[in-house]
Amino acid sequence: MIAVFDICILIFLVAIAIIALSVKDLLASAMILGIYSFLMCLLWAEMGAVDVAFTEAAVGAGVSTVIMIATVYQTSRKSSD
Amino acid sequence: MEFIVNNFNYWIYVILMMIGLFAMIAKNNLIKKLVGMTIFQTAIILFYVSIGVKGEGATIPILSYEQVHGTHHVEEADHAGEDDSHHAQADLPEIDARTITNPIPHVLMLTAIVVGVATLGVALAISQRIFHFYGSLDEDVILAKIQKGDG
Amino acid sequence: MAPMKIVALITVIITGGLLLYATGDFPAWGDPLSPANNSALSRHYIEQSRVETAVPNLVTAVLADYRGYDTMFETVVVFVAGLAILAVLGQGTSRERAAIQRSAERYQERDMINIMTARLIVPVLQLFSLYVLAHGHYSPGGGFQGGVMFGASFILIALAGGLPEALSRLSIPGALLLAGLGVLLYGGTGLVCMMLGQNFLDYHILHRLLPATDAVMARYHAMLIVEIGVAFTVTAIMFIIYAALSSRGRMTGGL
Repeated sequence: MIAVFDICILIFLVAIAIIALSVKDLLASAMILGIYSFLMCLLWAEMGAVDVAFTEAAVGAGVSTVIMIATVYQTSRKSSD
Repeated sequence: MEFIVNNFNYWIYVILMMIGLFAMIAKNNLIKKLVGMTIFQTAIILFYVSIGVKGEGATIPILSYEQVHGTHHVEEADHAGEDDSHHAQADLPEIDARTITNPIPHVLMLTAIVVGVATLGVALAISQRIFHFYGSLDEDVILAKIQKGDG
Repeated sequence: MAPMKIVALITVIITGGLLLYATGDFPAWGDPLSPANNSALSRHYIEQSRVETAVPNLVTAVLADYRGYDTMFETVVVFVAGLAILAVLGQGTSRERAAIQRSAERYQERDMINIMTARLIVPVLQLFSLYVLAHGHYSPGGGFQGGVMFGASFILIALAGGLPEALSRLSIPGALLLAGLGVLLYGGTGLVCMMLGQNFLDYHILHRLLPATDAVMARYHAMLIVEIGVAFTVTAIMFIIYAALSSRGRMTGGL
């Protein structure tokens, strides 16, 4: 059961990573990176690394998304690729 | 099934790392490069964390009350210092190291994540400076402006 | 396809191919007897840290005690990163700041729903982050997580009520002082150990200073002191990073 869960999240992670890099809108890219971090956090909780999962939920999905959006706000939202 | 689960994890880590590396080299936009860097970084952290996994039947690296303080209630404050710890050690239940996830990779990666966000902040600050100096986050535009010598 | 993309593709395929080839030699996934899991060090931490430190959360025990140097310098890295961001972005000229201030005031229509929600969430978030910090010996958590969450509560104030609102609660010089204090608390604990005749960060000697502790509980309590130091630095630096990046270092206007 846990192996199926594991495989689903891993496939989803790869898909999310590709989407985050291929969208032209940088704001959307930053938000999708937040989803990526949350999935990563789920995966680590499943692996028994609870402290790492907690840190990733607070840092990766919280603060780093916010500072990335702050930068997009201060610079430009369009990306050529 | 066993074989797929064994190797599938490692394959995905490598694929995530490849995606991140490709984005860092090939993407033109600086923010996109940083997104790629984050993906690369998390792929490596994922690999490290997975080293500590001990399969089915292993639990998280937090001990239960009995495992730390023993099954019998140790009388407090009767013995001092060294004596007390020896007494407590005597009736601690055995811990099989195979049933508890390896804490070392967790510690290393926990600090790496926090340092990662701090360095991401520095990178974003530098890209903000670049944007306000050259008026673009696009690598080609910035390179053209540098070669023309203006800015 | 641009030439850079072809170069990138070739590099990535070679690197990835080598790594995929190497996965054949990795230990089986989740093998408890793999070299990393079965090392003497790992087994020592799992079996002996309860005797040596009395902390149930092994990650906290290894983080704050056995690998104290590592954590201390990671804290220093976070501190230096905060300083670097302030240095890179600069403060801007006073005329620029005044212009930003004027344009910010013109658009000073903050959403009432956001402000009221933030007012409800922030106290709970801060209380919970203090719990995470203090309870890090028994549950997932500790200085880093508690600090990030406390910093996030200030970021929430800034997002809902504007950056000046948050800066009136934690100013930039105040945050820098807090960050420095955190590093000082960590390094100071190590130095006190040295002055008592032990190695740097060898906490067990602190039972001479802390009341009602033996050598084991001194390590337990010193870990909490050290985690509080980490939390100070991380709180302050997370807020500084947000404040500087959202306002281009001008510390006014902002997101």
